[in-house]
Amino acid sequence: MPPLPFTGPTPLSWYLILSAILFGLGVAGFLFRRNLITVFMSIELMLNAVNLSFIAFSYKLNQNDGHIFSFFVMVVAAAEAAVGLAIILTVFKNRQTLEIDEVSSLKN
Amino acid sequence: MDQILFLIFAAIAVICAINLVLQTHPISSALSLIGVMGALAVLYLLLGGEFIAAAQLIVYAGAIMVLFVFVIMLLNAGAEQKVKRRVWTRWSGAPLLLGFVGLMAYVVQVLLPPSSGIRFGSFLQGGPQTIGTRLFTAYLLPFEITSILILIAIIGAIVLARKEID
Amino acid sequence: MPYLLLATIKTIIVVAILMHVLAYLQWIERKVIAHVQLRVGPRRVGPHGLLQPLADVIKLVTKEDMLPSHVNKVFYFLAPFVAVMFALIPMCLIPFGGDIRVFGIHTTMQVTDLNIGILAVLGLSGLGVYGVALAGWASNNKYSLMGGLRSSAQMISYELPMALSIASPLLILNTLSFREIVDKQSFFYFGFLPNWSIFHSPFPQILAFLIFLIAGFAETNRVPFDLPEAENELVAGFHTEYSSMKFASFFMAEYANMVTVSSVATLLFLGGWQPPFPQQYGSWLIPPVIFAISGLICFYHAANPARPFDRYTLPVFGVIFLGIAGVFLIPAVQPILLPLFWFSAKTGAILFVFIWVRATLPRFRYDQLMRFAWLFLFPVALVNLFATGLAVALTAK
Repeated sequence: MPPLPFTGPTPLSWYLILSAILFGLGVAGFLFRRNLITVFMSIELMLNAVNLSFIAFSYKLNQNDGHIFSFFVMVVAAAEAAVGLAIILTVFKNRQTLEIDEVSSLKN
Repeated sequence: MDQILFLIFAAIAVICAINLVLQTHPISSALSLIGVMGALAVLYLLLGGEFIAAAQLIVYAGAIMVLFVFVIMLLNAGAEQKVKRRVWTRWSGAPLLLGFVGLMAYVVQVLLPPSSGIRFGSFLQGGPQTIGTRLFTAYLLPFEITSILILIAIIGAIVLARKEID
Repeated sequence: MPYLLLATIKTIIVVAILMHVLAYLQWIERKVIAHVQLRVGPRRVGPHGLLQPLADVIKLVTKEDMLPSHVNKVFYFLAPFVAVMFALIPMCLIPFGGDIRVFGIHTTMQVTDLNIGILAVLGLSGLGVYGVALAGWASNNKYSLMGGLRSSAQMISYELPMALSIASPLLILNTLSFREIVDKQSFFYFGFLPNWSIFHSPFPQILAFLIFLIAGFAETNRVPFDLPEAENELVAGFHTEYSSMKFASFFMAEYANMVTVSSVATLLFLGGWQPPFPQQYGSWLIPPVIFAISGLICFYHAANPARPFDRYTLPVFGVIFLGIAGVFLIPAVQPILLPLFWFSAKTGAILFVFIWVRATLPRFRYDQLMRFAWLFLFPVALVNLFATGLAVALTAK
């Protein structure tokens, strides 16, 4: 009897393709959106996609260094989120807007 | 069973990520990002990373995203305004993105033949005990440096966000 | 038996029992607070008000479920859903007893045993913050939003001392799985003193137990930390725009969080389902004796009744209690019932402390509450963690 579809182990390339799709969507959000907080969240999406790659490769090489690296990425993302949101709060306090096109007084 | 679970949660992650990019109000984008993180935590569990899955739920979805949601609710800046863009920029975004992702997918498929797959339960080094031991023996220096980094971030956030005393 | 079928049966049993426990927890709370305040509490619906939860459920289900026009509909529907989901999921990780054999099937009294059990419970109850925050946002008025944000800030501030106070006994116990945590507390010193975490050898974890309980009060928004709820009973609140079943689900989520916090405290600090002294000294006699004494007290009060219908209802309760005492003496069901009795007794004692504190203490102001978390509880939890670590390092082999 032929094996049923979608049973059996998942190939590693599927995880990496998913990571590529999420990273691409993160880049799209970063370039196309105009709200500061949404841009920041797209950066977090990119970091998550990279974490998935780390863990997938750590499975393939049968070491847990990828897990530890991913842990450090999470910690750095936490520190970056704290400082970044503090900066966003200060920008909003001074300019009363969160659109990136309007906080451009240093341009030209 | 592995493939079905992977496909369900990968679909949830991609749909939430597309929702993040397409929604106008930042709070809906924040909730979609929480959905992405939950789906990714399940994928980490499928890959044998139990500690990282729990850390993702506690740190990322339970603390960082709460911070995002707080700031969005406090600032209450409202939804984005639609902006006039030229026709060719508006219609070339999605195809270029698909091209970029398709190229990366093709490269990945060529470099990594599907010889052995990922089976749930065959990676045994992802438990908290093994990771904790490595973190405190082989990776002790990055661990300590990261804790100083967090201290710097705390001080920076407090200095930036306090009221100015005139 | 296939794993999926067994897990489904266990889930159905746990859900059925949990729903009844949550409903009757509210009855117990009303009765206890009433007796503390020298009144009687619910007594009309059924004997001693025992059918009051049923009346409440019928009232809440048949109330008009309105949808105000100014709310954000997606989040309005999502918020109680999220609150209840993350309050009920940790119940499937908590073990209620040891290994049992039922009809030849060897299983454990736990729906699933993760080897990162306590980390998963910490993460899932941390995600319950979103229910409160979304409810405040969806209601679309300033007072709700402020109440929701204050409540969420309180919950995440108290998560830190809670996590640190969980880490201290884990340093000694060396495992994250709930079953192993209880199994490591099953040793008896000198043959009769229990080895629970609060009596543990390198460093007794009494301070950690107290910090965990105080943080548990704040996590579940109970008195004395319920300012975001109580002030809002007067003005507005994060659940002001909710009616009938959505409102009931917020309160069910609160009681489920209480039960989860008490269960984790029992498992981590009080030895779970282990009896306080070994079986051969007669700890299997305590449950039947307690129930038999309760039955005899019921019969005594039925003989000289305080209220006229007590002459008929109290003998029925007496017979029920004596029947339960008899069931505890059957050796075939003792391995199932005795651990369950000890677990329920310890969790029930902690829940009684929750209700007792609610009847007794006044509530904190919001800035006092936050200052207490950051300037007192967090340093004390850190010091406890350091002292425990020092003790473990000095006594390590």
